[in-house]
Amino acid sequence: MIVTRRRFVSWGSAAALSALAPRIAFAAAPTDRRFVFIIQRGAADGLGTLAPVGDPAFAPARGPLAEDFATGAKLDGMFTLHPALAGVAGLYKGGEALFAHAVASPYRDRSHFDGQNVLETGGTSAYSVKDGWLNRLLGVLPEPEKRGMAIAATVPMALRGKVDVASYAPSALPDASDDLIARVTTLYASDPQLHELWEQAVATRQLTGDLAANNGQNAAATGTLAAKLLAPADGARVAMIETGGWDTHAGQRGRLAAQLKGLDAMIGALKAGMGPLWSDTMVLVATEFGRTVAVNGTGGTDHGTASAAMLFGGAVKGGRVIADWPGLTQADLYEGRDLKPTTSLDAFIAGAAAEHFGIEPARMAKALFPTVGPVKPVEGLARV
Amino acid sequence: MTVAAIALNRFGLGAQPDDGVPDDPKAYLLAQFDRYDPRPPALAEAQTTAAVSSELAAYFDAQRQNRADRKAPPGAMMPAAGGTPPAMTASPPMQPAMTGQKPSAPTGAPLDPVMEARRLAQRQNRQVYIDSAGLRANAALATSAPMVERLVHFWANHFAVSADKLEVIGLAGPFEFEAIRPHVLGSFRDMLYAVERHPAMLIYLDQAQSIGPDSPFGARAAQRNPKRRPGLNENLAREIMELHTLGVRTGYTQADVTEFARAMTGWTTAGLGRGGGGGARNAGNPGDFVFVPQLHEPGVRTIMGKSYPQQGEAQAAAVLDDLAVHPATAKHVATKLVRHFVADDPPPAVVKRCEGAFLKSDGDLPTVYRALIDSPEAWAPQPAKFKTPWEWSISMMRALGMQQIGAQQIFGLQQQLGQPVWKPGQPSGWDDIAGSWAGPDAIMRRVEAAQRFAARAGQVIDARERAEQLFPGTLTPATRQAIARAESPQQAVALMLVAPEFMRR
Repeated sequence: MIVTRRRFVSWGSAAALSALAPRIAFAAAPTDRRFVFIIQRGAADGLGTLAPVGDPAFAPARGPLAEDFATGAKLDGMFTLHPALAGVAGLYKGGEALFAHAVASPYRDRSHFDGQNVLETGGTSAYSVKDGWLNRLLGVLPEPEKRGMAIAATVPMALRGKVDVASYAPSALPDASDDLIARVTTLYASDPQLHELWEQAVATRQLTGDLAANNGQNAAATGTLAAKLLAPADGARVAMIETGGWDTHAGQRGRLAAQLKGLDAMIGALKAGMGPLWSDTMVLVATEFGRTVAVNGTGGTDHGTASAAMLFGGAVKGGRVIADWPGLTQADLYEGRDLKPTTSLDAFIAGAAAEHFGIEPARMAKALFPTVGPVKPVEGLARV
Repeated sequence: MTVAAIALNRFGLGAQPDDGVPDDPKAYLLAQFDRYDPRPPALAEAQTTAAVSSELAAYFDAQRQNRADRKAPPGAMMPAAGGTPPAMTASPPMQPAMTGQKPSAPTGAPLDPVMEARRLAQRQNRQVYIDSAGLRANAALATSAPMVERLVHFWANHFAVSADKLEVIGLAGPFEFEAIRPHVLGSFRDMLYAVERHPAMLIYLDQAQSIGPDSPFGARAAQRNPKRRPGLNENLAREIMELHTLGVRTGYTQADVTEFARAMTGWTTAGLGRGGGGGARNAGNPGDFVFVPQLHEPGVRTIMGKSYPQQGEAQAAAVLDDLAVHPATAKHVATKLVRHFVADDPPPAVVKRCEGAFLKSDGDLPTVYRALIDSPEAWAPQPAKFKTPWEWSISMMRALGMQQIGAQQIFGLQQQLGQPVWKPGQPSGWDDIAGSWAGPDAIMRRVEAAQRFAARAGQVIDARERAEQLFPGTLTPATRQAIARAESPQQAVALMLVAPEFMRR
């Protein structure tokens, strides 16, 4: 389709620029697109989420952990989904779920906190970049779409930066009186930091209305809540949801199943809540790094390297697994213990975001990952 | 801020109405080192590690018995719900039970293991975890050594355990009271030992389950079932190096982590054993630190180029001794301490001074604190720290002159403000920078909480006077004016509690 090409116009060529000028205007026009980043804190096990059952080394390496996949959805000759991801399997069948395996950020050590910092800032090493890639994504969007929201009491690193963002989490405290709100506004007027935070807080309070009744404790409720914040025309266009509990050092079998069930419910609730806007929605799920291929002595796995990333939504060209599979024999492993990264998570994110927002991929990559060097965005991830 | 206001607020937990203005702020802080009570009256009712561990041990025994009964031949009574309770095998995150619903197992019927686990979790949650959080707050309200109490909170967060596992729910409070409090004015090494040998830490970071693959126990188990060879869990070894001592990216490698994990095999806790080796761990009273030789990986270990020929328990102890005084540890600890007291971006000169004090004194903590107090940068008049929810809550209650707070109340408040007590959810503890706490929604919640507390305390407090006492010589005209113009005494108190002066320290 020609229209899809229009959204990939390079800004570099003067000839193309003049020939396609009206189309560029079209590309910059605000649309209904929504983008959600769900971070899996704690290093989610990609091999336990999307299992390479077709790799003969998988079952011996994983022992009892591999048994779960007897009942999971078989996606192709190689990969089977964890059975707890039943809803996700349905999305896959409908072409609304896409997976990338053996992916990793540029981070190559095994500290959660450093790994999460690299994942969220989009840098090459921990603490080298001071703002987050999700905030920089907002920076390249047209004005009416520059609205970011953290579904959390505070703003996570990926959303911090130049563009002001809101945060929201349901509260059981009684609402402050309108009069007190007004007086606090005056009290904070000459304090730049508090003034800015307060403006955001008050704006969000008006937007969310009666949402405080929802206690948001379980994953489905969080998905529903996120959809409520994203769906209104003047709501958030870009949102981030934090999930924890993925650090499965022991007893991984039961724990990961419970975690994945929660994720499945969250995605399901998000889709239901978005209604028709789901067709313009892209949800990215990613983690800081993966886990060891071998099971440790306590039925769990330790910190590893490559993992899996996921895209969901009507805007996703799904029903596929993207993987340059490195293999799981001992010789194939990274440092003799971890799934070897063969696809750059940065390239995956840059490609997905570029196509979803109709921004030229190289420009998007540079905006999101400015210090990483040349990132070649993965192509063909979105329905454009 | 004046130096008096800094001593009260930045170094302390916020002023109380009868505190007065310290005329020599440095001497006021140093005198607290003599006044500090590791076991103050407020903690008289605290549950002990031994008592909590006994209850856990009894529970595990009952579960084992229950499982054995269920394996009995057909004809025996079998409950419908089968399998091992997920809470027991998988250590999943446990949500604190706040609803108070009653467990409903009929007496005499076979025990449902899932119900039993839930019931135990609820009891530990209500009777130990929440109560302990209340005692922690009350100790902070009653103390005459607020800087040292603040240090207790700092170290408990540095050596964080998180009540995400069944066993840690009840042990988190006793961990702080018994492994942190007695050592906060001692040597770093002693605190490190107490912490790494406490059952809360051994279980939270999975050390209690780690087994040397070539240990006597490991070898036997491998023989019995080669497919399910028990083995190492490197979680605690890694976090000791990354979080507790050296700090991340300080030169140790994956191989060093694995070697340290091997050295640590056999370090476990009595009576709480699950999985392999449980029987061997029953020496001693539940919760006691025990070394189980049958779990220890034999051999000489090499860690960061140094060889550790010691055998048994002494091997990991020798590694800890070295880590406790390592230059990287001095730097890591100094940086975190300065970040906590001085600024999110710790001034290098202060870090250097504290690091030097640490190295020269082999980790004598009061020596390090004195270097901090002596650093002019720590007394910079601009407030550089945004209070965490805990700090804000304690200082708010102290400001209102509260002597006591209900356990459920402080516990619930911390959840609402985003920092549930002893539940950071990760072994690195809570972040100590403004970016983690200064969010729009977080501020709104503080305003809501301030309104609620002020509604009760406001009638008897004149906020105009109180604010001057709390922040001697420091109030801005804007705050003074907002308080003076409030529509009611209660509203004036609420405004005082969320004023910019009160949000920072």
